[in-house]
Amino acid sequence: MLARFIVKRLLGAIPTLLILITIAFFMIRVAPGGPFDADKTLPPEVQANLDAKYNLDQPLFTQYLNYLGSVLRGDLGPSFQYSDFTVNELIAEGFPVSIQLGASALALALLFGVLIGTTAAWYQNTRLDYALMGTAMTGIAIPNFVLAPILILIFAVYFGWLPAGGWGNGELRNMVLPVIALSLPYMAYVARLTRGSMVETLRSDFVRTARAKGLPEWKIIGKHSLKVALLPVVSYLGPAAAAILTGSVVIEQIFGLPGMGRYFVQGALNRDYTLVMGVVIVIGLLIVLFNLIVDIVYALIDPRIRYE
Amino acid sequence: MTDANNRVADAPLVSIHGLTVDFHTEDGVIRAVEDLSFSIPRGGTVGLVGESGSGKSVTAMTLMRLIPQPPGQISAGTIDFDGLNLLSLSERQMRSIRGKRIGMIFQEPMTSLNPVYRIGEQVAEVVREHDHLSRRAARDRTLELLDQVGLPRPKQLIDSYPHELSGGQKQRVMIAQAMSCEPDLLIADEPTTALDVTIQKQVLELMGELQSRYGMSLLFITHDLGVIAEVANDVVVMYRSHKVEEGETRALFKQASHPYTRGLIACRPGLESNPQRLLTVDDFMTPEGQSIEVSSERLTPQVKRSQAELETSPVLLEVRDLKTYFPVTGGLFGKVIDQVRAVDGVSLTIRKGQTFGLVGESGCGKTTLGRSLLRLTEPDHGDVIFDGVNVTAANEGTLRHLRKRMQIIFQDPYSSLNPRMTVADILMEPLRQVNPKGSRSEHRDHAGDLLETVGLHTSHLGRYPHEFSGGQRQRIGIARALAVKPEFLVCDESVSALDVSVQAQILNLLLDLQHEFDLTYLFISHDLSVVNFISDYVGVMNQGQLVEYGTAEQIYKDPQQDYTRRLLAAIPKAS
Repeated sequence: MLARFIVKRLLGAIPTLLILITIAFFMIRVAPGGPFDADKTLPPEVQANLDAKYNLDQPLFTQYLNYLGSVLRGDLGPSFQYSDFTVNELIAEGFPVSIQLGASALALALLFGVLIGTTAAWYQNTRLDYALMGTAMTGIAIPNFVLAPILILIFAVYFGWLPAGGWGNGELRNMVLPVIALSLPYMAYVARLTRGSMVETLRSDFVRTARAKGLPEWKIIGKHSLKVALLPVVSYLGPAAAAILTGSVVIEQIFGLPGMGRYFVQGALNRDYTLVMGVVIVIGLLIVLFNLIVDIVYALIDPRIRYE
Repeated sequence: MTDANNRVADAPLVSIHGLTVDFHTEDGVIRAVEDLSFSIPRGGTVGLVGESGSGKSVTAMTLMRLIPQPPGQISAGTIDFDGLNLLSLSERQMRSIRGKRIGMIFQEPMTSLNPVYRIGEQVAEVVREHDHLSRRAARDRTLELLDQVGLPRPKQLIDSYPHELSGGQKQRVMIAQAMSCEPDLLIADEPTTALDVTIQKQVLELMGELQSRYGMSLLFITHDLGVIAEVANDVVVMYRSHKVEEGETRALFKQASHPYTRGLIACRPGLESNPQRLLTVDDFMTPEGQSIEVSSERLTPQVKRSQAELETSPVLLEVRDLKTYFPVTGGLFGKVIDQVRAVDGVSLTIRKGQTFGLVGESGCGKTTLGRSLLRLTEPDHGDVIFDGVNVTAANEGTLRHLRKRMQIIFQDPYSSLNPRMTVADILMEPLRQVNPKGSRSEHRDHAGDLLETVGLHTSHLGRYPHEFSGGQRQRIGIARALAVKPEFLVCDESVSALDVSVQAQILNLLLDLQHEFDLTYLFISHDLSVVNFISDYVGVMNQGQLVEYGTAEQIYKDPQQDYTRRLLAAIPKAS
């Protein structure tokens, strides 16, 4: 049942990715300029040679089909800007950094978001609840490109506890600030989501039943309410993962981290067609994969959901 | 029994004295229960009767100390449970009584079980908590309990989730859960209200059986006097937070002293007598609680209008071999692998001015049939002819025109009204459809008239649905249906969610409206007494088919099918 569901969903992802590739391919070509534009114009012969080398002289549609063909073989092509590297090599280098950053941020957001939300629900309409939710609202409202410099100012510049940027070899001290800066807005959102859903669950009939059974309060919260209350949070994780992956572009820039994000930004600015396409495909795949995981987790938590 | 119990064996198990419970709301203090006193004898059953909001459920929750505090507050009184003053116990001590010595079951078996845990786990949890059984021992005990409450194949059922069980089965699981520690007292809060009559009968029998086996006391809360007569030795009647009457059940039915009780007994439609109108509580009592002398003319049942008159009126609706199937999909690409035959070849004729009653258990297809007639659900086969027009073959335009003449009133008066629209908006929407050229003030006046027609007041126009009681909301639903001046109304379980006293008022209203506007009804209900009261003709549905069909009198006096006989036998008889 589960295996068939996964196969079906993966098959369903193929058209999604195809549409994504198509739109991204033509959109970046529509943007004015090209990969070899520089301050001074190249001699026409040089330009023609370069275009021929990268097959840019062929009709756009032929280029598209060729690109599609090589993607199917797992080859994302050569980078126009970093001429000594293929896109595969560049992504292989940046991907682990980005994924480590994103996964840690998501885990942190989930863990503390649920904890804070549950606490607020348990102490609902008290000062503690208002304080927690007020802080969370602020957290949602502050964008991470504002938050990150503030964190750097306090913890790196003023106290000097943590490095202001750089990845090192991915040591914990290098990760702390970027992960916190990336996760805080999501943590705040998860907290609010959890509180709302928890407050509703605590009023439901089956929680009343659990109380009538004489169960201690921690079982009523931790067992009977939390599992049901987490359902909306799980649904939110799909979009959240997508937002964190794209959001890490900004954080990577601010902290100077060697992730995929800088290739995304630089690639777009330089019209490095293949590099941008490569990053788009990888992020697209990750989002599809993550939504699949979310659906499976959802069905595991809630038996009323059938894999269909 | 322990020695301590022996010493007080004659004393009642529960004595409640002067109980007063308040709720602090933004609008001030609401007194939910005031100065309530009664006792529950050991091994005996006390019925607690009253309408929604009378304070009966608050009383039960207070007994368990489960009312949320704040906003709730137990302002006065004592609750003595087997020598313990429940109101002075610590939360920890109270927890060892809940589930262990007092078990409780609730009205809604659908929502009272946790949807994400297996039922075995939920039952076992109680004995693990209180009797400290091992996982294995708890599972064995659970199997034994599931078997005792009459669930089929306990070994398979123990690992199923609540949504895989029917309503009746869920309520049995709730009973198993409440019985698991063999409590001294079982509180049952409307345990059968959400169930079909046949299932209700089984559940009531089961509770009686378990009660005599374990010698426990039972507090049975309901708004249905018919059920009380079947289960309780003694009755306490509550009205507006007060106890208005108390006594032995049979004596109370014969000679009720309080006008509210008399009204409550009289407003229940019976199978024996078939009055033209139902008496309501208002016939016995002024809103201030003063007794009214009921004229003997009103008390004697009157004959309904003659059948002959109805048989000659023209045919309004004809249904021929109607079938509505729902596909069951499966496989990798959602292929249709099976069909649920919700309506499976139904033919019937309804004449102008008639009320056709449709009865059957949940899932028999009666609601789908009603919806298919209006094409709210598309039928797959067959014809519906309304006043000479083929509804099933009608195009968009014709259908929209037909829907003005055919309206539906739903069961749940709350969820079928848009909570963000005022009553005026709700009623003016269909009015604009009928008369697009009319001005806003014209429509508003018309909406006001409609409210007056259904017994509400023009001043209610500016209010929102949540400001009304269930009965009033159903009146609004009826007013909305009437707005387009329909000829044919489908009433789908329109009174099922209401208290008996309110139900009687709505039924009377429907009859008045039928008379006034020459309406034809298809009245769908699982309640056979209600259908008997309101219908001229009755159809009995089972598994998508109309198994029996005749005048109300034929069906109720001389049923031909076993299925119908079973339904009739399951109705609780108020003595």
